[in-house]
Amino acid sequence: MPIVFIPAAMKELTAGAAEIRVCGSTVREAVAELEAAYPGVRGWLFEDNRLKPNIAVAVDGVVSPIGLLQDVDEDSEIHFVAAISGG
Amino acid sequence: MSEQSHEPNMVLSTKEFDVVGKRPLRHDGVDKVTGRAIYGADVSMAGLIHGAVLRSPHAHARIKSIDTSRAEAHPEVRAVVTSEDFVDPGDKTVDLGEGLTRLAYIRNNVLARDKVLYRGHAVVAVAAASLHDALEALKLIEVEYDLLPAVLTAPDAMKEDAPLLHESLRNTEFGKPTDKVSNISDHFRHEKGDIEQGFAEADLIVEREFDTSTVHQGYIEPHNTMALWNNDDRIHIWTSTQGPFTIRDTTAAILDKPVSQVRVTPTEIGGGFGGKIPVYIDPVAALLSRKSGHPVKIVMSREEVLEGTGPTPGSHLKVKMGVKSDGTMVAAQAWLAYEAGAYPGAMVVPGGMCVFAAYDIPNVTIDGYDVVVNKPSTAAYRAPGATNAAFATESVVNEIAEKLGIDPLDLRLKNASKEGTRRADGPKFPRIGCVEVIEAMKNHPHYSAPLEGPNRGRGVAIGFWFNAGLPSACNIAVNPDGTITLVEGSPDIGGTRTSVAMQAAEVLGLPAEKVSPSVVDTDSVGFTAVTGGSRVTFSTGLAAIEAARDVRDQMIQRAAKIWGVEKDSVEFEKGVFHSKNGTENRMTFSELAAQLATTGDPIVGRAAVNPPGVGGSFSGNIVDVEVDPETGKVTILRFTAFQDAGKAIHPSYVEGQMQGGSVQGIGWALNEEYFMNSEGKMMNSSLLDYRMPTSLDLPMIDTVIIEVANPGHPFGARGVGEANIVPPPAALANAINNAAGVAMNRLPMNPVAVMEAIWEKNGVTD
Repeated sequence: MPIVFIPAAMKELTAGAAEIRVCGSTVREAVAELEAAYPGVRGWLFEDNRLKPNIAVAVDGVVSPIGLLQDVDEDSEIHFVAAISGG
Repeated sequence: MSEQSHEPNMVLSTKEFDVVGKRPLRHDGVDKVTGRAIYGADVSMAGLIHGAVLRSPHAHARIKSIDTSRAEAHPEVRAVVTSEDFVDPGDKTVDLGEGLTRLAYIRNNVLARDKVLYRGHAVVAVAAASLHDALEALKLIEVEYDLLPAVLTAPDAMKEDAPLLHESLRNTEFGKPTDKVSNISDHFRHEKGDIEQGFAEADLIVEREFDTSTVHQGYIEPHNTMALWNNDDRIHIWTSTQGPFTIRDTTAAILDKPVSQVRVTPTEIGGGFGGKIPVYIDPVAALLSRKSGHPVKIVMSREEVLEGTGPTPGSHLKVKMGVKSDGTMVAAQAWLAYEAGAYPGAMVVPGGMCVFAAYDIPNVTIDGYDVVVNKPSTAAYRAPGATNAAFATESVVNEIAEKLGIDPLDLRLKNASKEGTRRADGPKFPRIGCVEVIEAMKNHPHYSAPLEGPNRGRGVAIGFWFNAGLPSACNIAVNPDGTITLVEGSPDIGGTRTSVAMQAAEVLGLPAEKVSPSVVDTDSVGFTAVTGGSRVTFSTGLAAIEAARDVRDQMIQRAAKIWGVEKDSVEFEKGVFHSKNGTENRMTFSELAAQLATTGDPIVGRAAVNPPGVGGSFSGNIVDVEVDPETGKVTILRFTAFQDAGKAIHPSYVEGQMQGGSVQGIGWALNEEYFMNSEGKMMNSSLLDYRMPTSLDLPMIDTVIIEVANPGHPFGARGVGEANIVPPPAALANAINNAAGVAMNRLPMNPVAVMEAIWEKNGVTD
């Protein structure tokens, strides 16, 4: 099962858990699993039914340009990180 | 020391290609050196009139009234606009590529609505037959203000009793909105491990505080725009910008128009460095055009650029690091408060992601604060946020090395991040070149060269920037003479026409000179994100590679059709098509191109990409200085810049980026600052007084390109435009410390700051 790393600011929603194993073959499915177990997670991550634009998804260390649609493997690491570009 | 007795530039290459890695002449070179290249201020059209902007003389005031009647009565004035001419966006937010932003903030920065929040804040714009008429008309406008106290630094703005810039700005704490009205827009935290346990295990703890000043990107070409609001309600804007699609989308949002009604043509650009991503005058010129019925041009003065556009944040930083006696880093803590300027959005988020990125430390806590102050709304500047953070971290690392008696590069090597290192914000690093950069520094002759003479010192530092991917599009058409025409949407700031063209040429086995690259308007190419984030050679380069592969595949099909063979039997190598079924069938790219018109449809390749696989870049500096103990002046004797480029597509342009970024970092370190009086007026708003270094101030910046291939790019390229600005301030602080025995804790380290530090060391109190 992929593992979701919970950002420090979101831990109050997960009873302090920093790493949570969830089912799912995409990031979207993983978030749905997370929301079922820890209601409120989706609200922290989403706005207007999509990932907040200032949040990016990194799977196995690589920021995904397709975010929630990104496929994940059984042993994938999923992170929610700040979306940045640069100057 | 000034005599060049060493190899000035090196490329530590790992893989060779036919075109990539060579140094062809840039395609726009002749136009640039002959003055024929068209910049924004050169653009003109029939009926053109000129705009000018009235700006606030106060740093913080409520607008009581605006009377434009006398200006409107001026015989040569064609239009006057204020923020009342914009549609009220309410609470609407927009995603302009840098996260969600309240549209009202952007709109109110373009033309102030209820309050002015910094000196230089635009209030009214006028269009008239000539620029002189427009400037004259500005003097006829009467604005009545209620003055408010200004707050100019993050620590002051964070106080409970600080004057509030925005009565409706509520603090977001750890991602959750609160009810607290505050100048602190956002407070975030990254945590890794157990910080208290980490410090408990440390044999040595060093904790320091630092301040950095507001500085400007210092692009030489001022902002400019020409807008035509046509009778069919379509808007065409010609402007100097890093992001024509960003200007299109922002202008459309502010004017409440669909993006399809706005077309943006990017003119040649005289520098941007992040500062030409935001929108300032484009929607204003468009409104003036609609009101007047004329095309309207606005060109900012230098004073307007410095006072009215986005510099990079000043900051207050605290860094605490703990190490074992053998130099192993066990804990690190950072507290970062960045000045956003008038509206939220300081670059503290990337600062927090970079502050300890170079080191593998098990226990880390990082707190970041985005704080509004009465200065211009800040913008990105090369590796935004990272230079401030590295000044603090790298200074502490150098102090640890000195206290432990460990070579500063050995200390860095011992703790360097590598593939698999988990960053404080969570993810593990992919393949990176931090170790290789430090090793190149340690092995370079500069590091072991004798440093003779009094008051001289040597310093080192390293830096990191993530780089960006983001969308890019590219079309390639094959011409009958065997050349290709390449169309892209990335304004060319550092030679990217050529670096992108070279990647297409490599795929098609052509010399770079046979590619004709063009940067076109937003109606003529697919969506392409900004020229920023060091992304163009990587991302637009990937689009060019994919478009060239599309061309190659279509050409293979055409060759197969001409020869009457299966396409799978045709191979393409180094610009030659040949059949692998034992026949004599063979054609060069040019020979096949000449037959396209008579054998089928024209061939056009296309690609649009939004690639993962971005490769972050590490950089480093070795710098020698001499400090005049009588005046505090710092003279740079020798400067060597190191950077991991993955694969240097065009090494000359990589070297140019490294030299340019280094010089900007030197200016940030030694001279540049927004020198504000207590009322928030910038006292040095000209390039005579805002002192950027010139070639007369500096030695040659030597470069060493390290090539640790990025697995996310076919040729291994990493972005190179930004990481180079990160280490210079810390390296120079280290060198000044070694020369004069003073630990510098604020930027700029100008003669005043250095002398104050020397006097403090010597116990001079008056």
